[in-house]
Amino acid sequence: MKPIKTKQEYNIYNLGNRILTSYRFIDITLLCLLTIICIFGLFILYSASNQNLHMVEQQSVRFILGIMIMFALAQVPPDKLRTWAIWLFILAVFSLLVVLVLGHIGKGAKRWLNLGFFRLQPSELMLVALPMVLAWYFENKILPPKAIYLILASIMILIPAALIAKQPDLGTAVLLVVTGSSVILLAGLRWRVVMSLVGLFIASAPLIWHYMRNYQKARVLTFLNPESDPLGRGYHIIQSKIAIGSGGLLGKGWLHGTQSHLQFLPEHATDFIFSVCSEEFGFIGCLLLILLYFLIILRAFYIAYHAQNTFTRLLAGSLGLMFFFSFFINIGMVTGLLPVVGLPLPLISYGGSSIVTFFASFGIIMSIHTHRKLVSH
Amino acid sequence: MPISTIHNKKLERNQYRSRLLTLTLIVLFFILVLLARLFYLQISEHHRYVTLSKQNQIAVIPIAPARGLIFDRNGILLAKNKPVFSLDIIPYKVKHLKKTLAALKKIVPLSRDEVAEFYKTLRQKRAFDPVPLKYNLSQTEMAEFAVNQWRFPGVMINAHLLRYYPYNGEFAHVLGYMGRIDAKELAQLSQSNYSATNYIGKTGIEKYYEKLLHGQVGYQQVEIDAAGHIVRVLKRKPPVSGANLYLTIDSKLEQVAEKALGNNRGAVVAIQPNTGQILAMVSSPTYNPNLFVSGISSKAYQALKNSPNKPLYNRAIRGLFAIGSTIKPFISLEALAEHVITPQTTIFDPGYFIYAHHIYHDWRKGGHGYVNVTKAIIVSCDTFFYRLAVHLGINNIDKVLAAFGFGQPTGVDLNDELPGVLPSPSWKMHHIGHPWYTGDTINTDVGQGFFLATPLQIANAVATLATHGIRHQPTLLMQLQYPHGIMQIQQSKAYPQINFPQADWRIVINAMQKVITSKEGTGFRFGRNTPYTVAAKTGTAQVYTATYRYQDQDLPENLRDNSLFIAFAPINHPRIAIAVIDEHSELAPVVARKVIDYYLLTEKHWSKANETH
Repeated sequence: MKPIKTKQEYNIYNLGNRILTSYRFIDITLLCLLTIICIFGLFILYSASNQNLHMVEQQSVRFILGIMIMFALAQVPPDKLRTWAIWLFILAVFSLLVVLVLGHIGKGAKRWLNLGFFRLQPSELMLVALPMVLAWYFENKILPPKAIYLILASIMILIPAALIAKQPDLGTAVLLVVTGSSVILLAGLRWRVVMSLVGLFIASAPLIWHYMRNYQKARVLTFLNPESDPLGRGYHIIQSKIAIGSGGLLGKGWLHGTQSHLQFLPEHATDFIFSVCSEEFGFIGCLLLILLYFLIILRAFYIAYHAQNTFTRLLAGSLGLMFFFSFFINIGMVTGLLPVVGLPLPLISYGGSSIVTFFASFGIIMSIHTHRKLVSH
Repeated sequence: MPISTIHNKKLERNQYRSRLLTLTLIVLFFILVLLARLFYLQISEHHRYVTLSKQNQIAVIPIAPARGLIFDRNGILLAKNKPVFSLDIIPYKVKHLKKTLAALKKIVPLSRDEVAEFYKTLRQKRAFDPVPLKYNLSQTEMAEFAVNQWRFPGVMINAHLLRYYPYNGEFAHVLGYMGRIDAKELAQLSQSNYSATNYIGKTGIEKYYEKLLHGQVGYQQVEIDAAGHIVRVLKRKPPVSGANLYLTIDSKLEQVAEKALGNNRGAVVAIQPNTGQILAMVSSPTYNPNLFVSGISSKAYQALKNSPNKPLYNRAIRGLFAIGSTIKPFISLEALAEHVITPQTTIFDPGYFIYAHHIYHDWRKGGHGYVNVTKAIIVSCDTFFYRLAVHLGINNIDKVLAAFGFGQPTGVDLNDELPGVLPSPSWKMHHIGHPWYTGDTINTDVGQGFFLATPLQIANAVATLATHGIRHQPTLLMQLQYPHGIMQIQQSKAYPQINFPQADWRIVINAMQKVITSKEGTGFRFGRNTPYTVAAKTGTAQVYTATYRYQDQDLPENLRDNSLFIAFAPINHPRIAIAVIDEHSELAPVVARKVIDYYLLTEKHWSKANETH
């Protein structure tokens, strides 16, 4: 005689089955790489925060929250993401406007909305929403796209970027523009066009310079060369370079950095955390960290390579590139290669909203990979 | 599905894949650039940076600009910078701040205020900026500390320039004073420009022209060793000193006015009618601004703040007074211009005026007999103006008072100026909650009731009267001197001329002249004989109106009247217009006489050269 399942038993069985099947939608490779980088990040943070366990705990909570969001998003089929794209984008633009208006009323820069239990930072929402909406937008266009579509796409990039720049959050605005542009690039913008645009910009720079007012010129110069303002941001760069350079090949050892702990107190756990890492772990440590980042990008690109339709391809590719841009800009700025714009080092800098953004984007990438067999060609 | 679409999809996919591969190479390239940069910093330049980090550190030391000096119109120095020595602490170098402070206390006496102020400043500064603990170290204190310095890493003696006012209280209300920057001010300042500055203008000229006076910060990029000593200077950008200000104030004149007022509470404002330049602005009593610069003790501050004489408060721009009979020339002008009266209109004054069953008394029992407008000004006949008020109406009165600048800020270059009160029916309804009565008009017409003005407004109205209706925005700044030597001369703003017939100006000004020269004129205290022509008007503001404003002041003295005096001289080419208010004494005309005498007689030989005609 077969045992008769009660209704309740059946439900429990079903639930268990669901949890099991949900693992099918996780990309183990990415998960492992991300976990390694997060643990590494916690160690650096412990040192950078002058051994503040409370900060490490808070950061761990954010990681766990981020991973949960990543798991959840990995379960959402890309078709569903496609239908969300435009609404998510509209929501993001709307909340950016709300933040800007509230900031005006409150007479101060404001970047987030208080939703009671959670502080929503609309610029971070936009970082995910923009690649989605652009991928959705280009999906049914014949590729390479016509000029008119490119112009419309540029508008879709520049409006939110302008709103974010106005907050003012220049770093995120720059990241948004390069990420958005990467979607257009992946969509098949001809290299010729890319090159001529770059050429046009370089050629027109002297002309723009000529028409700028003196104070604007001065501002651009300090922006490009922070060392001309050594009482402000230039100070950080000078100290950051000393910290990195004194790290040498093997570093001074964990918790044994001297420069970074003493000098730039305000930002060495956030935007300038990479200099702590380089001082304490040396060139080898940096090499390993950058290798980890590169492996994550390679995995994202691998997923993009095998994606089955235009929407998922563009989305996975651009999200991978967004990750690349953010760590490249941060390290470039800390080492004095790029101007200081204020972007965190992904998954390592202390702070909540960017961590959630990156885990959400990896959730989407995972979903694209794990649902690829189920997606119509 | 048509075959072409499938083909396109395949084509698209292949195109995408090749693009992705290209991008992978680009990403790899940029990563190699990062690694090359890190290699350069950490391997090639490692030695240099290790040296910098181990033995030497680079520090950027901001250099405070020298604050601009303040001179009077004749180049007499009113505010200068004095070098002083302070005990500073660099927070990150001190392990146990509390212990260090306790140990320091045994060597250098520290007051509770100084320690509290130190902790306040500490929160605003970066860990590597020196925070001043005690200013004005004496020679003994410096020597005591120098011997013990080895015990206190991170504590050092630094030289600063501190504001010093050589005349102490004499110009305090004009110049204002400096004090430590507080958190609220810091939020509004350019952080890097003020990184070496601990002081900011708190009131007066020091506050209003803070931007001009402060200058531009400089810096020194230096190598320091582990003990914090400078090994060598790598780079230096000198600071740019603030501009020197030349005020319109004639300091000698101001001192004469101040001395004439003595210890009485009151104010004197003298203005050059042609230019709107303020020659003297005195508010008595005054206080010593130097106390504030080095950090006033809270006890001394409370004493100043709670003093019944209110020395901290600038009566010249914030004191609100009923202007009494000094209002009469202005009202007369309006009445003549509106043809409510002619120069010949005569009334009989029995010593009182009855309106709506209410009796309004003249100041003189028994009255002045037959009175026309000229006599009404000379003897200051109240009855004439009570009656005039009924015919003129409040709207006309307000119109002329507004034209002379009452009820609005004069726009002088000081903060916190009060606009006074120019009452109207709607004003009364809004502030008092009652409708306007003709009785209010009658009171206003003799400078009583709700109408209130500051001494500066009164003086400026007199200057406007002197120039037959050309009103300037009064100003305290005459010239700016920048480090590179350029002088700028400020022109004060003039309002459109008040359009009254010349004959009417002459009638009123002649009557004002007779206030002094006529036997029955009220200006006898000024002195009947003057070597120059002068037009003047006396005033007495009764106490009833004053009580609701100065309730906190002690009563007995308050029961006496305020004495007011306005004048300008000489009549044809006026060079000085003055308003004097002496609270609860009758000395206003005497003060005015001393000031005008000094300006026109004693200083005549050289002040003429400085005037712009």
